[in-house]
Amino acid sequence: MAPTRTDAEAAWRVATPEQTILQLQGISKSFDDKRVVCPLDLDVRHGEFLTLLGPSGCGKTTLLRLIGGFERPDGGTILLAGRDITRLPPNQRPVNTVFQSYALFPHMSVFDNVAYGLRAERRPRAEVESRVREVLNMVQLEELAGRRPDQLSGGQQQRVAIARAVIKKPRLLLLDEPLSALDYKLRKQMQIELKRIQRELGITFLFVTHDQEEALSMSDRVVVMREGHVEQIGTPRDVYENPSNLFVARFVGEINVFDAEVAEVLGDGRLVGQIEGRRITLPARNGGFAVGDALHVLLRPEDLRLLPPEREEGFSGEVVERNYKGMTLESVIRLESGLQLLASEFFDEDDPDFDYRLGERIKVTWVPNWEILLPRETARAV
Amino acid sequence: MKLRAPFRTAVVALIWAWMLLFVFLPNLLVIVASFLVRDDVHFVRPEASLESYARLLDPVYAGVFLDSLGMAVTTTLVCLLIGYPFAYAVSRLPARVKPLLIFLVILPFWTNSLVRTYAMKLLLATNGLTNQALLGLGIVDAPLRMLYTEGAVIAGLVYVLLPFMILPLYAVFEQLREDLLEVSSDLGAERWRTFRYVVLPLTMPGVLAGCLLVLIPAVGMFYVADVLGGARHLLIGNVIKNQFLDARDWPFGAAASILLTLAMALLLYAYYLSARMVRRRSADDALA
Amino acid sequence: MRWLKHGYLGLVYLLLYLPIAVLVVFSFNASRNPYRWQGLSLEWYARLWDNDALIQAAANSLLLATTAATLSTLIGTLTAIALHRYRFRGKRLLNGMLFVVMMSPDIVLAISLLVLFILLGVKLGYLSLLLAHVTFCLPFVVVTVYARLSGFNAQIIEAARDLGASEWQMLRTVLVPIIFPAVMAGWLLGFTLSLDDVVVSIFVTGPTFEVLPLRIYSMVRLGVKPEVNALATVLLMLSLLALLASQYFLARK
Repeated sequence: MAPTRTDAEAAWRVATPEQTILQLQGISKSFDDKRVVCPLDLDVRHGEFLTLLGPSGCGKTTLLRLIGGFERPDGGTILLAGRDITRLPPNQRPVNTVFQSYALFPHMSVFDNVAYGLRAERRPRAEVESRVREVLNMVQLEELAGRRPDQLSGGQQQRVAIARAVIKKPRLLLLDEPLSALDYKLRKQMQIELKRIQRELGITFLFVTHDQEEALSMSDRVVVMREGHVEQIGTPRDVYENPSNLFVARFVGEINVFDAEVAEVLGDGRLVGQIEGRRITLPARNGGFAVGDALHVLLRPEDLRLLPPEREEGFSGEVVERNYKGMTLESVIRLESGLQLLASEFFDEDDPDFDYRLGERIKVTWVPNWEILLPRETARAV
Repeated sequence: MKLRAPFRTAVVALIWAWMLLFVFLPNLLVIVASFLVRDDVHFVRPEASLESYARLLDPVYAGVFLDSLGMAVTTTLVCLLIGYPFAYAVSRLPARVKPLLIFLVILPFWTNSLVRTYAMKLLLATNGLTNQALLGLGIVDAPLRMLYTEGAVIAGLVYVLLPFMILPLYAVFEQLREDLLEVSSDLGAERWRTFRYVVLPLTMPGVLAGCLLVLIPAVGMFYVADVLGGARHLLIGNVIKNQFLDARDWPFGAAASILLTLAMALLLYAYYLSARMVRRRSADDALA
Repeated sequence: MRWLKHGYLGLVYLLLYLPIAVLVVFSFNASRNPYRWQGLSLEWYARLWDNDALIQAAANSLLLATTAATLSTLIGTLTAIALHRYRFRGKRLLNGMLFVVMMSPDIVLAISLLVLFILLGVKLGYLSLLLAHVTFCLPFVVVTVYARLSGFNAQIIEAARDLGASEWQMLRTVLVPIIFPAVMAGWLLGFTLSLDDVVVSIFVTGPTFEVLPLRIYSMVRLGVKPEVNALATVLLMLSLLALLASQYFLARK
């Protein structure tokens, strides 16, 4: 396969190890003979916001629990700032966790919840007092210090959980789907809040989610996982625009997949592909394909263009569904071959082109050079 | 993990020691005793024998065994018939009265069950209050003989054991969500079908637990038979108690107790099988 | 439908409380005949007051129930925590044994303990009663506390450890306070079972420590003793008082 930016990054990682805060080396874990985490390596850089993204059961939460010390790996080593913490119990790791269920102590006030970590270390009372005030101030909960968790809203409980986890200034903060219990609007708000807190504290965040939108909008880097393996590591843009395989491409967002064959390789490296009975020029890919190779041509819904049927270019099809989504309008188009495509266009009431009705015949094209090319996958279908 | 080892070790050792000393060892001793021979001075003579088991086959004892099981089963069914609708009715009442009502079910426990059995005697005696009421109302001409009958023993057992049926049933009814019943009637099921296909399967664990909690003690409550049944209507508990406290025949008493345990083990096994079946059936129903 | 339901509930409560009500009413009867009302009198209370053996037996029963409930709550709570939190060998077997104790008829437990105490030379009395009562209360405490432990969010425990608490700190500051209501319920259950028990007590009691069931048993087997009515009434009032007091304190808290 062509070297991607991921490989370039790997080289960079080796070059500057002092930048790495957490290193997983060959970590694996099974439950009752079921492999949940296959031996994997992962480096987390100091100060970054790294997200583990994957469907449920992909091992992302287990990986987080291994780092937190709640599970023991079957094999491998966990290094935190160069120190081996694989066998340390959770209370001796300079790592704190924000739990999915918040796990607030129901019998303690907000203040006592937040103070718990400092009191466990028997810090002086004055220090506990001032640090708790400071952290509560940061999450804007000073007034609620005397309340019990069950007297708080979901968003407030979430803030307490964060305050409690950051008060000891951990080297690394683990967040296990912390926003999944919140409603849409609150979730958006907390995403911004979390980014702000991370900036203010300068703590490395390791965030777990199955929500690709959340992962892309918040992270510095995203680790896409499936069935205990790492499928791809990269910046959100990288993962979205250059997915390393079909699974990643589909998981990080909606995508249209055409099956194609290479009909010709042009002198400048560009390819001519045979797609749905048409010959289409595709962008150059280094070290890539030979004539006759099977490949996937992938296009995001927002890269498709819908044209009136009388136009020459494009694939003819029929509009079978129209969904209004506020900012955008989504159309499902069935091509003559039966292949269904999803196109998403920005809503513009003044644009007459836009007004396709159900059942109307149209042509579909896309912006040249925005195609993603992948070798054809057969076995590991999604 | 070394840090928490001392606490864990101490706790595990304590409970193991307790169970070995006060559960495992005593039961082992009873099993051994049942195969020995009676001795007037030392209770048992170390001499292997199956005589005690042979004596259990005597029609007199076999009769007591069957009668006793029969009374226990009747008691269980009566408790179920009274307790099932009762637990359902309480569970559907407003939340603020429920704790009080359930507490009223438990309160009689705080007077010793022997005292409650004795209170039953006051009610059932030939010149007792029930007969006085029946005579006064002209329902009967001569007082009914109620005390010292099998019926009296069953009534006493029901009275003493009813809370054991009600509590587990109440627990399952509490977990039975109202919306499930609503869904069922929403889907057009009439009352009987809702009961048969939704309520009954979901409350089955409580029914089984309640039945066990009534049936198992019922065979052993010798004092109920003593106070309400006179000398004629004995429970297995009376046989065992007489051998240990009066006749001083440990091997025979032990053999009777082992037979009882085996009978109960059989019932538990049946319970286990039926519980598994219920689970599987409701799983099948859910899939169907 | 509604009156049918309420009428049925009323009927069952009548069944549950009629015998007790009769007991209480006739404790104030002037006649020795327990079936005929012959005017109000406190004679049986006076007799009860003079019956030192009966009062002593009642006090002994209360002492036994209190200590047995406390000890079984202590051991049972620790056991429930161990069963819930730790993996150790023989855990299934231990579970099985607790289940067997809970499910075996009292009489089987009673004779096995009698045999044990006699063979080991444990003098029958307070100690034998205590050991026996703790044994049959234990599984009920374990089940009650265990239910609470498995009912609450296990991540709360992990959160405490994550924040730097040692196992012991976590138990003291998080686990025990959270399961405390269940521990109290377990204690109450043990207390109730111990006070209600007849079968086990009759077997393992001795002349040095007479408990209520044995005393009453010998009195009521032969005839009717109105002092027993008086005693039952007093005990009932005491438990109601205790209940009201606990409600009062809980409401204030």
